[in-house]
Amino acid sequence: MTVTILDPTDERVPIERQITTRPAAITGVVGLLDIAKPRGNVLLDELERLLAARLPGVELRRYRKPTFTKPAPGDLRLKMRSECNFVVEALAD
Amino acid sequence: MADDRPRFALQDLEGETRAFPTGRRSLVCFVKEDCQTCNLVAPIVETFHRAYGAVSDILFVGQALQGNRILAERHHLTAPILDDSKCEVSFAWDFEIVPSIYWTDGQGRVQARADGFVREEWRALAAKMAMDLGAEPIDIDWETLPAWRPGCGSKHLDPEINDRLQADATGSPIRARRIEIATSDDVAEFMFDQGFSDGLPLVPPTPERVMRMLAGTPRGAQDLVAVSPPNMGLATVEKIAINAVMAGCKPEYLPVVIAAVEAVCTDEFNIHGVNATTMGASPVIVVNGPIRGRIGMNMKLGALGAGNRANATIGRAVRLVIRNVGGARPGGVDRSTLGNPMKITMCFAEWEEGSPWEPLHVERGFKPEDSVVTVFGMTSGPVQIVDQESREPDQVAGSLGLGLEAVFLPKMHRMQTDTLLVVCPEHVRSLTSQGEYSKARLRRRIQTVTSRPLREMIANEVSGAGIPLAVAAKMDSEKLDAPVPKFAGEENIHIVVAGSEAGKFSAAFHGWVTGEMGSSVVSRKIEWD
Repeated sequence: MTVTILDPTDERVPIERQITTRPAAITGVVGLLDIAKPRGNVLLDELERLLAARLPGVELRRYRKPTFTKPAPGDLRLKMRSECNFVVEALAD
Repeated sequence: MADDRPRFALQDLEGETRAFPTGRRSLVCFVKEDCQTCNLVAPIVETFHRAYGAVSDILFVGQALQGNRILAERHHLTAPILDDSKCEVSFAWDFEIVPSIYWTDGQGRVQARADGFVREEWRALAAKMAMDLGAEPIDIDWETLPAWRPGCGSKHLDPEINDRLQADATGSPIRARRIEIATSDDVAEFMFDQGFSDGLPLVPPTPERVMRMLAGTPRGAQDLVAVSPPNMGLATVEKIAINAVMAGCKPEYLPVVIAAVEAVCTDEFNIHGVNATTMGASPVIVVNGPIRGRIGMNMKLGALGAGNRANATIGRAVRLVIRNVGGARPGGVDRSTLGNPMKITMCFAEWEEGSPWEPLHVERGFKPEDSVVTVFGMTSGPVQIVDQESREPDQVAGSLGLGLEAVFLPKMHRMQTDTLLVVCPEHVRSLTSQGEYSKARLRRRIQTVTSRPLREMIANEVSGAGIPLAVAAKMDSEKLDAPVPKFAGEENIHIVVAGSEAGKFSAAFHGWVTGEMGSSVVSRKIEWD
């Protein structure tokens, strides 16, 4: 005789995520995402300067979340996914 | 009368399985041993069996295994007595009284029916059986039997059994995944291990309890109430009911929990940010309107504290929904540096009858007769504001204002943050001792007494917080001397009345960031009739 209870969760089956295979070279577009937390732009400005010097053939594009307190809007996620080969997200503080 | 009876296959006392319909005319008699009328009819049914058992099937269906054995011995039954101790067949046949008797054809279609014992009905039933079978009527001395005896309520209608049967039935509203816990496991420990708990014990959400909880709302079990961040889990009425059971709610609290979950999952309230912030915010739930009395909420002595089931469990249920359906757990998306006990529960009702002002929900656009839940994203509280000396209304209001200086840091002013001020009845009495003292006046007074020159907010050797020196250097004296109130606007100050009639102790909840990038106050009407 067992006791039956009902699952209080959203019953999501856990999916094991794999890190995307790292390519040998950085090419195409590198997105730099500012999550809108103070001083995130300072970090990204410096990173952009270093990447531009080191990777002259790569295009660097800046993106910004409206606020760090909420998940990125769907449109922004879609835009970055369709435009970028790589993304760097700056947290800062 | 010609309806098809549901099929069944049950075991008799020897363990042999008997299926219905049998292909022959059948008499099916539902009984339970502790029913006097069932004991009255058992010998009659046995007589039917001895007379017609060769050409038809005469079956008892008993509702308790041990009771079946006793009945068989007591009345020397040779007719099969089938075990329906789970009451599933009784539930499916859907009658109310035992004995319940059905005379059917070989396909299970009802030809005659009786329940309880009405002598003339049973006499007619016997005649009908004889006629249908082309047999001689049985010699029963009907006049020695009582004219009428009521039956007993069928066991499948006992609330505990019926709720389980409802939950298991084909048309059950339950869709949630069932988790079987072995008897060797401790249910409470199992739920801790699964991470369902906020750290305190939970009531196991069995299907029976969830069925009873669902009876608390007119809404359908699969209605989608909200999508809960951070995992964007679907908070259906059923999922909310499961968490409400775990929290210890009564079914009549469920409509409040549903409205509160809907409110916190709006974009304006932003439960994602409220959970995630390192500052440690949590919903504070205020209930207004007639439902407060109906479900016995506390709004007087100790309203913000322990001891009232509705206050404690409604707040807890909302937090459990966010944790279990939304997936927000401390150390996961909940990143609070310290946390606070409001992350377990914080819910109370406004004592509208003890207030000289419009209740919170009416201020926010609802009718007085509406029942409404209002949620505030708060980071601290309740923080007491003590003033036992002031007698002048403006003095009391002044103290309430000074008490609010602590929000964030006394040094920080013109804050884009909400506060929820809970004014105690004695302070209300002092405020109104010389006539009306409106909420607007109280808000103005708070802003006035907290106003300080901007230059007091410059970073200095005592505290580096506030206006950076480099920024202050660009301001002229006029600007630096301008007084700045605590809150960005009077609308940031929310006021309710609660507490006992003795004690000059008000309290405040301190907010998080208000507005677009933070959390705004949200109200939702409670659907409960």
